This record gives sequence, structure tokens and C-alpha cells, in this order.
Amino acid sequence: MSQDTPPEEKLPSEQTHGPLARGEEDPFADPGLPPHLPRIQDIDERAAKRSERTVALLFVISMLATIAFIASYVAFPIDKIVYIFPFGHVSILNFALGITLGIALFCIGAGAVHWARTLMSDREVPDDRHAIESPPEVRAKVMQDFSEGVAESGFGRRKLIRNTLFGAMALVPLSGVMLLRDLGPLPEKKLRATMWAKGKQLINMNTKQPLRPEDVAVGSLTFAMPDGLKETDEDFQEQIAKAALMIVRIQPDEIKDKRELDWSHQGIVAYSKICTHVGCPISLYEQQTHHVLCPCHQSTFDLSDGAKVIFGPAGHPLPQLRIGVNGQGNLEALGDFDQPVGPAFWERG
Amino acid sequence: MSTTTAPDREAPAGERLADWADGRLGLYALAKTNMRKIFPDHWSFMLGEVSLYSFIIIILTGVYLTLFFHPSMNEVVYHGSYVPLQGIRMSEAFNSTVNISFDVRGGLLIRQIHHWAALIFLAAMFVHMMRVFFTGAFRKPREVNWLFGFLLFVLGMFTGFTGYSLPDDLLSGTGVRFMEGAILSVPVVGTYLSMFLFGGEFPGGDFVARFYSIHILLLPGIMLGLVAAHLILVFFHKHTQFAAPGRTEKNVVGMPLLPIYMAKAGGFFFLVFGLIAIVAAIATINPIWAIGPYRPDQVSTGAQPDWYMGFSEGLIRVMPGWEINFAGHTLVLGVFIPLVIFPLVLAAIAVYPFLEAWVTGDRREHHIADRPRNAPTRTGFGAAWISWYFILLVGGGNDIWATHFHLSINNITWFVRIAFFVVPVLVFIATKRVCMGLQRRDAEKVLHGRESGVIKRLPHGEFVEVHTPLNQAERFKLTAHEQYQPLEVGEAVDENGVERKLPRGEKLRARLSKGYYGEGNQIPKPTAEEYKEITSGHGHH
Repeated sequence: MSQDTPPEEKLPSEQTHGPLARGEEDPFADPGLPPHLPRIQDIDERAAKRSERTVALLFVISMLATIAFIASYVAFPIDKIVYIFPFGHVSILNFALGITLGIALFCIGAGAVHWARTLMSDREVPDDRHAIESPPEVRAKVMQDFSEGVAESGFGRRKLIRNTLFGAMALVPLSGVMLLRDLGPLPEKKLRATMWAKGKQLINMNTKQPLRPEDVAVGSLTFAMPDGLKETDEDFQEQIAKAALMIVRIQPDEIKDKRELDWSHQGIVAYSKICTHVGCPISLYEQQTHHVLCPCHQSTFDLSDGAKVIFGPAGHPLPQLRIGVNGQGNLEALGDFDQPVGPAFWERG
Repeated sequence: MSTTTAPDREAPAGERLADWADGRLGLYALAKTNMRKIFPDHWSFMLGEVSLYSFIIIILTGVYLTLFFHPSMNEVVYHGSYVPLQGIRMSEAFNSTVNISFDVRGGLLIRQIHHWAALIFLAAMFVHMMRVFFTGAFRKPREVNWLFGFLLFVLGMFTGFTGYSLPDDLLSGTGVRFMEGAILSVPVVGTYLSMFLFGGEFPGGDFVARFYSIHILLLPGIMLGLVAAHLILVFFHKHTQFAAPGRTEKNVVGMPLLPIYMAKAGGFFFLVFGLIAIVAAIATINPIWAIGPYRPDQVSTGAQPDWYMGFSEGLIRVMPGWEINFAGHTLVLGVFIPLVIFPLVLAAIAVYPFLEAWVTGDRREHHIADRPRNAPTRTGFGAAWISWYFILLVGGGNDIWATHFHLSINNITWFVRIAFFVVPVLVFIATKRVCMGLQRRDAEKVLHGRESGVIKRLPHGEFVEVHTPLNQAERFKLTAHEQYQPLEVGEAVDENGVERKLPRGEKLRARLSKGYYGEGNQIPKPTAEEYKEITSGHGHH
């Protein structure tokens, strides 16, 4: 431990200013507390009266503002919108309540501070500090008391008691941990599968009608969900969080990735809408370059090249859904995604 | 009441009440030490007060909001008075938040005060923390209180996050989804953590209720305890004060709690509350009715978290998307590394007091606050840390920067990736040099006085500027700071030529100490001799 403390002379002693010859005066010595300078209120009773009136006025304004608050609450309808320069169209009730409450509070504060600054004594006085550390005799007493107490308990001597106590204390929190088990189900394969399956029709998110190839124009971005999923379903949010699909049409000769072309229908390709970074829905499409951009963290994917990541923090391409056309001429899935959608996770593989 | 014989005339009611309380609580002993307790005055001391008061405001308004908010994710169809949302499916949480905004008179105001106060709370804590850092007010005996304050800042961030997630609107839901994605990236247990937190697959029907109990009970409960401990320690340690005539390490100079700080600090609470109420009246915050209810397949552009979460957003945005696949497993480094750096950014500032104490080896109490310039290395570190934080904030808002300044988002991202490593170093060097320059100027001022602007022509034609000497108080102030000597480990071999064994870390400590206090890292204070020589008339400046 001695190495921890440098030799005392390394620590600067308080306020040294270089060696001083005996009897010489230190030019940097502390001149001590400056004399108190009176304020105008301290010497002029009229000024003090003025301050008193100012403080009282502020408190009166506060009272009036509270009355105005109550009046506004009663008088203004909650749905009335008015134009107030420069704030624009605002709810008159919110505006009036906020301003009156604000003034009522602010004036109490302003009055109190003004009172303190102008009328209460502003004489600065010193107060002694005491060392935070306890004096050595207190320390010695505490140490002794502690040793005595521990000795009386037999904690060190009766090792069997001590060790079994440690064991019991270490085990008992396990019950608490156990109780957390039912916070949720085990992951199992839940994140690996979506609602998509062979034969599920692609339903247009906006019209709620089955999508037909001729509905998908070049340059457009269409969102789809699986047939059978309804917004009123109990698990709609969980299902759409995985199954949300985006559909674009690209000229087949512009599709660079062979598998992508195989899994498309006449240049119509379907990709998961859920970003592989942290799961935001991707919604910005550049029709010239076929790039899609996630608006949350700007991961950019090239939909004409297997949805490869070309910029941003995403780690792998968007999963593609293999699609075809069924007997009624509607677009349908030819299976589920071949890999989990959304953010990567340990078991994703 | 007194146990002695009853006095002829009864004491006033107030006194009798005080006696009653003292007989049961021992109030007088407490009041004796605290009622006229002396507090020093400095504008920067009110930053902590702003934090405290906004915390109280948040609690008051938060309690009001719980009277109307329904922490449930059950789906309902909106039939309230806000026409654009009528007929839309939403969770009860969102529905009740819209009702607070449009059907409860004053509800919108309280919601906005609550949210504004939260932003101000975090901002005030941040600035307060920086004040304590740059003035060295974290030194012994205040290290523990520094940690309490730091914990309050971190818990405040998470209380804020769970709070703004409660309305279950499209923006906050996107933030929760981001959090879920980050949790999934945790190796081995990520999917389990996510399932347990959300009660199943995201978003599930549980997280609002769970966040609610975390937001209104668990975290604020801990924070309340920490605030109490923080304040008790402030009272116990007494404030730091800046060097000035009559102020020493052994005293505290200021004005008494009763009446000055009762009025000033008490009044300041009303000033803060009043200003936040006015801000809430004129500036809309988090208009969830315009954002709409959360759907995992919908999003808006320009999504931003509240400011205090921005640096974590920056980490996740600029990190390259590294993924390692092996043996059927995926290590999602692109998300997991930011998740690990996130607490490290915060920890870097939290542990600093202990690093500095180790380097100086100083075990004395410090109650005189440093001027930042007089601790150039510490000030450099602090400025570097702030620059680091702000670089990440830029990264977190890279889309906003791109659209507002017509820049390429790719360029901004690359700028942040490089700046993350480079800018703190540059800022450290620049800050340290600025501090040294200021120290030099102080020394100059002490020795030669202040430039008066009066130019004098000497008989032989030379022009000199007349300097006004400083008075003693100013000279004292500019030379009151302490200067450490660098630690020396001594020769590598002892007098017998045998290699000395240095304890582990001791070499590093000596090197750090040299970097802090060695030659060229601080300007020696003027000595009395120097001063005498210059002022004795030999020099003519």
C-alpha cells in the first residue's frame, strides 16, 4: 500500500507560493473576506419600499393568474383552435391554461428571489468545515465494537453455521428467478416461421384484395399480407411484424441475381418488408435504381440483386418470398421464407 | 411539551407544535445544524437545482397522468373527439393518451409539461454533471455522490425511454422495435430475453403494462432514493466553493439556508415550473395524434428518439453491419458491439474520478473547486468525452443532417465513423493547449498586471503599454490553485545495479502522472520572488 501514496512532498501543500524569506510578505496571500458592500436597499428606505412593492406586485400577479387559470378552464371549450401569432393554430384551452399557470408559478418564484436578493441580508459569512473522516478514537471504538460483536456471534468460529447460512442465502434468490420463467414462452422456432405458406394469396395491404400480376406496375411499391390475416385478429400485430411483404416489378433482364429471377413472377419480386438490421419496416423505394432504404437507420438494399446490403448497418440481405400465380390469376406464395425475417439472432444460423 | 412546570402563559401555537414534534422526532438537533446552514453562491450551482426541480415536476405531473392513462394493449376502435383518428384501431394505451390530449381539460398541458420536464431533467443533469466534472468537484470526499448522480442520469435515460414508449404510438413503437432488435443480437440468450420481456413475440400484448410498472414504480422509486441520498450527501459534505479571498478548504462562505436559500432556491422551483408550463403552453411535444398508433409494418421517416437516447441511436446507425455465421449460429456484431459500447461511453465518464485519484495519489479532501484551465488534462478529457457524445448524436440524426443541410447520408455516416475515433483526440489536444494558454495568461497577469490600453512613449522613443497591477485579492485568486508534481518511480536499477521490481501498474501510473503534471502539461505558478523582481522597479512594464 505504501506504493499507493507518493511521498508527502509530492503533494502540493495548501497555497504555497514559492519559498519566502523570513518576515517577507507573501504577495499572493489571502487578504481575507472582503468587507460587505451595502446595497441601495440597505441604505435607502425608499428603495427598500420600492423592492417591497415589486415583490408584492409579483405575488398579486400570481394570484390574478391563478384566477385567470380557473376562468380559462371554465370558459374555453376544449376543442377550440385559434390562431395566435407567432405560435400558429393552437388549442386555446391548452394555451390559456399553460400561460396562466406558468405566470402564476413564475411570479411566485420571481417575487421570492427578488425578495431574497434585495431585502434579506446579503452578508456573506464563513462557516467551518469539519473533516468527513471520523477521528482515530472513534474509528478505534467502532473497530473494537465490530470485533466484539463478531466474536460474540461466533461467526468465524462456528464454520458450519457460517457456511450453511451462505448456502441458504445464495439459494433463496433462485425462487425469485424461477418466478420470472412465465414472463414469456421459450423462443423455440417462433422466429423462424411466418404465416406465409404454399398457396397463400398475396393480399394488397391497402385494398385488402388479392394481388394480380397486372396490378403491379413497374416502378411502384406495393405492400402485401398473407391471405387469411385480418386486422381484427388477436395476433395481427405479431403476425404482420413478420409477414409484412413488399412487392416491386423489375424488368426481368435487370434482375442480376439468378435465384431472385427464379423466385419472381414476370419480374415481380416479393421481399420481406422487415429490415434485417433491427426490424423497422422498410418503406422508401428508389424506382430507378431499385434500391430500398430503411428510414430508421438507413440500411440500403438492392432489390435487383438479391436485396444485398449496399449501405448501412444491416448485416444480411432481405429474405425473398418465392411467388407464382394460382388458378384464378392471383399472386400466391410458393412457400414460407427460406430463412428467418427481421433482425438477426443467435440461433438464426 | 415541556416537562418542567407549566409556564404561566402558553407558548405560541407554532412553538408548541415544534415542541411536540421535537419530543418525538428530535427535530431541534437537526434544525440546529441545518436551519442556518451556509451555502456558497455561484450560478453553476443552480444546474443541479434545475435537475431536482424538474424531477419533482415530473413526479407531480406523472401522478396526474396515471389517473387517466390505461396501460393496456387491448385493441379498441377510437371514438373520441379527434376526428382524423375516428374508427381507427389502436391499443387502449394510445386511445387513453389521445383522450388525455383531447378530452381531459388541461390533460394536454400536463402531458406536455411532463414530457418537456423530462427533456429538461436529462439536459440539466448532463450539464450539472459536466459542471462537477470540469471543476473537479468529484474529488474526495464526493466520489460516491458523483456515482449517485451518474446513476440518476442513467436511470433517468431509461425512465425516459420507458415513458415515451407508453403511448404505443408509431414513433415510440419503432423505438421499442429497435430495442427488441438490439436484445435479439445478444449471443446465446438474446431470443430468450426478448420473449421474456415482451411476453412472446414482438410486440405482443404485455410490454406497455410492463414498461408502465418500470416507468412509474421501479425506476422512479430507485431514483427517489438516490435523489434523497444525493441531497443528504450534499448537505453533509457542504458545497464546494471557488477560490476567493477568505475562502479556504476549511470553511464555506455564503449565506444561510434560512432565509436566503429558502427564498432563492424555493423561489427557483417556481421559476423552473413556471417556465416549463409556459413552454408546454406554446410548444407542442410528441403529438401522438399526428403520429398515429403503432403497427409493426408501418413507419415514418425522420424517426428520432428523445435527445438523451440519441447517442445510442448514433452507435447503431454508423456501425458496419458485421455478422459472423458459424456452426449454425449468428454473432450479430453489427448490433451487439453498439449495445456493448453504449454502457462503455457512459462508464468512461463515471470512472474518471477514480482514475484521477489513482494518478495523483491524493487522499486529502478538496472543497475548493478548480477552474477548468488549471487542470488541463482533466479538462481535455472532459471536452473529448463531450465531443465523443456529440459526434454520436450527429450519427443518431444522420438523416436529419442530410435533409436539412443537403448532404449525402453516406458521407455523414462515414464522417461519424472516422470522427468517432479522431475527433476526441483532436479535441483533447486542442482543449489542453487552450487551458495552457489561459494558465500562461493568468501567470502573466499576476506578474505584470492587466493591460490598461494606455500606450506610453519613453524618452528614448520606445513605446510601452502601461499595465495596471492586480490588487491582492485578484493575485490571490489567480494563484490559489494547487499544482501537483509528477510522480517519479525512480531509477530502473537501484544503487547496487540490481533491477528494481516495480509493482504492476506503477509504471503506467508514473507515465500518466507525467502526462498530467509533467513539464509542458502545466504552467508553473508565479513565485513570490518572480513577482518581487518584476515589481521592484527593475522592469519597466
